[in-house]
Amino acid sequence: MRAVVAVIGKDTVGILAKVSGICAEYSANVMDVTQTIMQDLFAMTMLIDISKLTINYADFADKLKETGTEMNLQIHVMHEDIFNSMHKI
Amino acid sequence: MLNTGDILETIKMIQEENLDIRTITMGISLLDCIDSDAKSSCDKIYEKMMRKAENLVKTGEDIEKQYGIPIINKRISVTPIAIVSAASSAKGQSPVIYAQTLQKVAEGTGVNYVGGYSALVHKGFSAGDKELIDSIPEALAVTKNVCSSVNVGSTKAGINMDAVALMGRIIKESSEKTANDHCFGAAKIVVFCNAPEDNPFMAGAFHGVGEYDTEINVGVSGPGVVRAALKKYPDANISEIADIIKKTAFKITRMGQLVGTEASKRLGVPFGIVDLSLAPTPAVGDSVAHILEEIGLESCGAHGTTACLAMLNDAVKKGGVMASSHVGGLSGAFIPVSEDAGMIDAVNRGSLSLEKLEAMTAVCSVGLDMIVIPGDTPTDTISAIIADEAAIGMVNSKTTAVRVIPAIGMNEGETLEFGGLFGSGPVMKVSPFSSSKFISRGGRIPAPLQSLKN
Repeated sequence: MRAVVAVIGKDTVGILAKVSGICAEYSANVMDVTQTIMQDLFAMTMLIDISKLTINYADFADKLKETGTEMNLQIHVMHEDIFNSMHKI
Repeated sequence: MLNTGDILETIKMIQEENLDIRTITMGISLLDCIDSDAKSSCDKIYEKMMRKAENLVKTGEDIEKQYGIPIINKRISVTPIAIVSAASSAKGQSPVIYAQTLQKVAEGTGVNYVGGYSALVHKGFSAGDKELIDSIPEALAVTKNVCSSVNVGSTKAGINMDAVALMGRIIKESSEKTANDHCFGAAKIVVFCNAPEDNPFMAGAFHGVGEYDTEINVGVSGPGVVRAALKKYPDANISEIADIIKKTAFKITRMGQLVGTEASKRLGVPFGIVDLSLAPTPAVGDSVAHILEEIGLESCGAHGTTACLAMLNDAVKKGGVMASSHVGGLSGAFIPVSEDAGMIDAVNRGSLSLEKLEAMTAVCSVGLDMIVIPGDTPTDTISAIIADEAAIGMVNSKTTAVRVIPAIGMNEGETLEFGGLFGSGPVMKVSPFSSSKFISRGGRIPAPLQSLKN
C-alpha cells in the first residue's frame, strides 16, 4: 500500500530531514520525493510505502500532521488511490 | 510518480473549496421484516438494521482517514415503511412505532438520519398508505433523525391529486407540531414526483423494492470546486465553461466512485450508485447560486438564471457519468434555499422569488427545496405548490420534489434559523390568491402524452 505525503508551507531548513525521519521511525519506506516552489509556497510531495508501517495508519497520519503544525507547515497523508482515481483515466 | 500539481490541486479542493463526500447511505430492505403485529415487525427491523449497519459509521470514518477526504454524513435508507406497516395497520396499530424503531437504530448505529418513513401513492392509496401519511406529523415530532417522503406523481401514472391535497395539510401539521423546534418537522418531509429508488440524499431517501437487499449509495458534493475552477477563466465562452464544469464534475465524481467502491468492499455489501450532485452547504464558498453568479449573473434569480442552471446541470451529469460505473439517485445541481448562502442572499436582495425557483426546477435536479413560507399559508396553497412542482416533473420525465417549511408565527421578510447543514431560511412570499377550489376537487391528473412534444 502506498501513500502520498504532501508538505505545504514556508520553506525552512530541515523539512525533508524531519519528515523522512518520522517515516524511518515507523518503517515507512520513502520511494520518491519531489520538491517545488509554487506560488511562493514550498511544496514537497513524497511517495511512501506503508505496507510495513509499525503503527496504524491513522496514528501515523496524525503524527505527521502534528509535526507539521509544530513547524508551521501543512502536512497531509493520503492514500495514493485518491490521486490516481481523480487524475488518471 | 504522481504529478505534484495534481496532488496539490486535490488538497486545495478539499482544504479550501469544501470538496467532500456528502453522504454514504446504506439502503436496507425491510421486506423480510413484515409482520401482522407491529411490535414483532419492529423487533425484526431493529435486529436487521443494527446487524447490517453496525459498522457503517466506523467504516466511513476509516475511509475518511485513509484517503483524507471528509465524509460528512453516514445514513440509512429503508423500504418505504407504508409497505412494511400495511399488515399491522390492518389490525388498527399506529405506524408511529416504526418511526420510533428507526430512531432507535439511528441512535444505536450513530448515523445522522434514517430515511424511508415513506409511502408511494402516485396512482392511489393502497392498504396502510393513508394511515402512514396521517401519522407523519406525529412520527416526525416524536423522532429526531427520521425522514419521511411521499411520492404523489409519476410520468407513467399522472398525479394523485387526493394525495397532493392531503400532503398540504400534513406539511402544515408537521410544522405546527414542531413549532418550538424551528418547525423542523416540515424540513424532514419531501413530496416527490418520479421519486428515485436509490437516492442517498435526505430527506427524500428510501430504499426501493427493486434494489439489492442491502447496498451502498454515495452522494458527492462540490459547488465550491466548480466555482473555483470557473474563477480561473473569467473570459471563457459558454462552450468552454461547460467543458470546465464537465472536467471538474469528473474529478469530483471519481472520488465518490472510489469511496463508494471502498465502502462496499469493506462492508461486504453491493455498491449501488453514485449520485452526481452539486449539493451546497451554508458554508462560505459552497454555493450553487455563486456558481451561477460566477458565470455572469449579478444575482441569482436574474433573467438568464434558468439558462445558466440548465447548462450547469447538464455539464455536471456529462462529466460525472463517465467517472462512475453506476449513476443514479437525484443526480444534478441542488438548489435548496436555506442550505445555500448565495440563494439566501439572493432572496434577501429581492432577486430570487418562489416563481423563479419553480422555473429553475424545470432544468435541474429535484425541486423546491428548503424553502420557508409564511406560517399562515393555507394548506390548499401548499398543496397547489406541490401540484405545480409535480406537474413539472411529470411532463419533463424528471424527479421533482417539494420541501417547504411553513414558519409558524412568522411572516415574509423574517428569517427561520435551523442551524448546522440546514442553514437559515428567509420567509418567502407566496401568492395570496386562492387555489382551494382546484385542490378540493381531488381525483387524478392523467399521465401525459409522451410524444407530440412541444
